[in-house]
Amino acid sequence: MIVVIFTLIGLGVFFPFLRILKSPISADRVAAFDTMNVILTGTIALLSLVFKNGLYLDIALVYGLLSFVETIVISRYLEAKK
Amino acid sequence: MMDIFGYSLITLGAFFYFLGGLGMFRMPDVYNRLQAGTKATTLGSFSVLIGVGLIEPSYLLKTLLIVAFIALTNPVGSSVLARAAYLRGIKPYGKTVVDEYKGDENA
Repeated sequence: MIVVIFTLIGLGVFFPFLRILKSPISADRVAAFDTMNVILTGTIALLSLVFKNGLYLDIALVYGLLSFVETIVISRYLEAKK
Repeated sequence: MMDIFGYSLITLGAFFYFLGGLGMFRMPDVYNRLQAGTKATTLGSFSVLIGVGLIEPSYLLKTLLIVAFIALTNPVGSSVLARAAYLRGIKPYGKTVVDEYKGDENA
């Protein structure tokens, strides 16, 4: 069961990574990176179940917060740079 | 009983993660990619986190906090990014029917 779950999550991270490698447009790369960040936030919360350690939930919360700030900052930078 | 329900929720969420990643790879346009990636991964995150909270009930409060946080931040980030891409001058691809942000003079 856990193998199926992590295979699906791994494929879900792999395809945005291919998009980051392929696409020449920077907005495209930021979108793919944002998708990867959301997937990884859920995955870190899932790791708290695998390793039986509640500390991973705090790590997931902080990771989600930082990834949100990163997306906003890069978007504003792209918007201002004509 | 609760374990079976929780693990099936987590599997459903992982499947939606896979669909979001696939949409991010296959869609033809920045805006289509944002739509596919954001909506599918938001539902996947809700499902995975609530499944984790159902399997371990002592984690439920923190997972609900992360769910509320993702529900607030993920659409905001997506819409800010789409606006930035539009203002930067990235054209929607050829088959797009309507462009509401440009301002339709007939409306």
